[in-house]
Amino acid sequence: MARLSKAIKDPKKTLYQMILIRSFEEKVEQLFQQGKIHGTMHLCIGQEATAVGVCSLLDNQDKIISTHRGHGHCIAKGTKVDRMMAELLGKETGYCKGKGGSMHIADLDKGNLGANGIVAGGLPIAVGAALTSHMKNLGYVVCCFFGDGATNEGAFHEALNLASIWNLPVIFFCENNKYAMSGSTDDMINIQKIADRSKSYGIPGITIDGNNINEVADAIDTAIKHAKNNKGPTLIEAETYRWRGHSRSDARKYRDREEEKEWRDNRDPIALFIEQLKENNILTDGELEDIKKRVIEEIEEAVKFAEDSVEPSINSLKEDIYA
Amino acid sequence: MREITYLEAVKEAMIQEMKENDDVFIMGEDIGIYGGAFGVTNGMFEEFGPERVRNTPISESAISGCVIGAAVTGMRPILELQFSDFITIATDNIANQAAKLRYMFGGKGKVPIVVRTPGGSGAGFAAQHSQSLEAWMTHIPGLKVVQPSSPYDAKGLLKAAIDEDNPVMFYEHKLLYGTREGVPEESYTIPLGKAETKKEGKDLTIVATGIMVQRSLKAAELLSKEGVNIEVVDPRTLVPLDKDTILHSVKKTGRVLIVYEAVKRSGYGAEIASVIAESDVFDYLDAPIMRLGGEEVPIPYNPELERKAVPQVDTIMDAVKEMMI
Ligand SMILES: Cc1ncc(C[n+]2csc(CCOP(=O)(O)OP(=O)(O)O)c2C)c(N)n1
Ligand SMILES: [Mg+2]
Repeated sequence: MARLSKAIKDPKKTLYQMILIRSFEEKVEQLFQQGKIHGTMHLCIGQEATAVGVCSLLDNQDKIISTHRGHGHCIAKGTKVDRMMAELLGKETGYCKGKGGSMHIADLDKGNLGANGIVAGGLPIAVGAALTSHMKNLGYVVCCFFGDGATNEGAFHEALNLASIWNLPVIFFCENNKYAMSGSTDDMINIQKIADRSKSYGIPGITIDGNNINEVADAIDTAIKHAKNNKGPTLIEAETYRWRGHSRSDARKYRDREEEKEWRDNRDPIALFIEQLKENNILTDGELEDIKKRVIEEIEEAVKFAEDSVEPSINSLKEDIYA
Repeated sequence: MREITYLEAVKEAMIQEMKENDDVFIMGEDIGIYGGAFGVTNGMFEEFGPERVRNTPISESAISGCVIGAAVTGMRPILELQFSDFITIATDNIANQAAKLRYMFGGKGKVPIVVRTPGGSGAGFAAQHSQSLEAWMTHIPGLKVVQPSSPYDAKGLLKAAIDEDNPVMFYEHKLLYGTREGVPEESYTIPLGKAETKKEGKDLTIVATGIMVQRSLKAAELLSKEGVNIEVVDPRTLVPLDKDTILHSVKKTGRVLIVYEAVKRSGYGAEIASVIAESDVFDYLDAPIMRLGGEEVPIPYNPELERKAVPQVDTIMDAVKEMMI
């Protein structure tokens, strides 16, 4: 029988969040295609287990820093889908008053220090947020999400080193989805495991199956305890896959359809978790249907809220530049 | 003449130079089989292969330094910087290395690199992917800075930039990529440091850069129906700046409005205004020199706010009318 992580305290809520993320992303994709969302968006369909696995173990005062592919992280950290959707539609009621859009959603009250449009931009900031926790003795940890591609930026290496020498409570969480836009990890990184990069900085590194939420939960649980016991940072590499293209227009010429199919058919993190829950008699078909129904309602309400919201006033253009 | 887009013009210039000179090659993020974030290098990987169309990791610091090393030792690299905003990560190499090596070495060595990079707002990419930071680069002695506003100019200026023995920042614009006009098939050069008067007029000079050239031409067309006859000058290269063409025009019209997308404060328009104010053309002015630039705000995501953040045809027209009173 499939082993469930003891760290997952509320499996049904966890599943709910995973399904909520997927539905949110599917709706965003649809609204984008209808021209209701402008600019660009980066969908995390297929990567739901990392976002939820990590955030469900963080408490309210723990912080995250997210990436351009950040909708899932946001939702998992407790950010509400209605105001997220409003942000994507550029509305006043959005988390950034319509000024940030998909790539910059932030919810400081929920410990979400924001998505980031600069690859690896979040890592040094996460180190600083962990420094505050250390200097003021606040006891929170910071989890910084980033992609495989980000580990080729200088900022990644400098951030790991700094966090290591200062022994800060930060978790570097790499979502290795095998591609950075078109650059595959095979072409762009000459080691097998990104987690091995931790060795250069004298911190623990671990590679896990990022589509098995139990592995994610166990790894993050260990890393949180490590950080909260003053033992410093951890690098976690979670292997996963983005089902969609990189962003709005991507013909995906750099990878083959067989590979995509394999991940979709056999390594879907949501299907896997459902299977595990059922095997353990934690979830019935009826409960699953109920979850799906509630998700659909929540998403529909979010879209309605966003569409009914007003546009930001023109005066707001010049507001919020300085504190 | 056949018409091609700005994007195709940029690509054609690169292809022709790469065919002519084996030392010319390109590197950048996703420029291989993906064809570049905006599709500029589409097909070049297939044509030239991975040695000369080098797909790089996301490492702006390493790649912007790498082109310098290759250049000092005999290559002529083109770097595609995926968004011009990422100059923040490449700036140490560009400003502290590329721009000054030759000077610091007492005239030894040269750095023939071209950094091609798309700038500007209007695509809904928000604050970290929509900036116009070209003025930063104009401040650094040793760099040349080019900002083509049309397909024809893009092709000829890019050839000049690649032929140039000094580092050149080449600013493309996301919203211009799809614009079309007649462009000769054969290779040709537009020398760096030569402005062009895009439209002649007698009442007022607009000096505009980048996409603002197109918006100013549109404004001039609409204003001509109201009896105002505008001259539009496009410097095309910010460094070196063709002061003569600008001053000559302002002397003729007696009024000048400088239009640019970058944040107005400390943008390159301030330099152009100073050049005019310091010259003897000052005596010929019938109105104060005016600038119309971007608002002093990060570029917002909401489409209407984004539009309001930078000059548009209507705001250019308003600014002209104000000056004509
Ligand atoms: C400094 C910087 N360089 C390049 C980009 C353009 N860009 C945005 S996302 C991306 C790929 C990132 O790959 P990865 O870190 O693996 O994250 P993923 O998209 O796979 O989630 C690139 C190249 C950027 N936003 N910032
Ligand atoms: Mg990736």
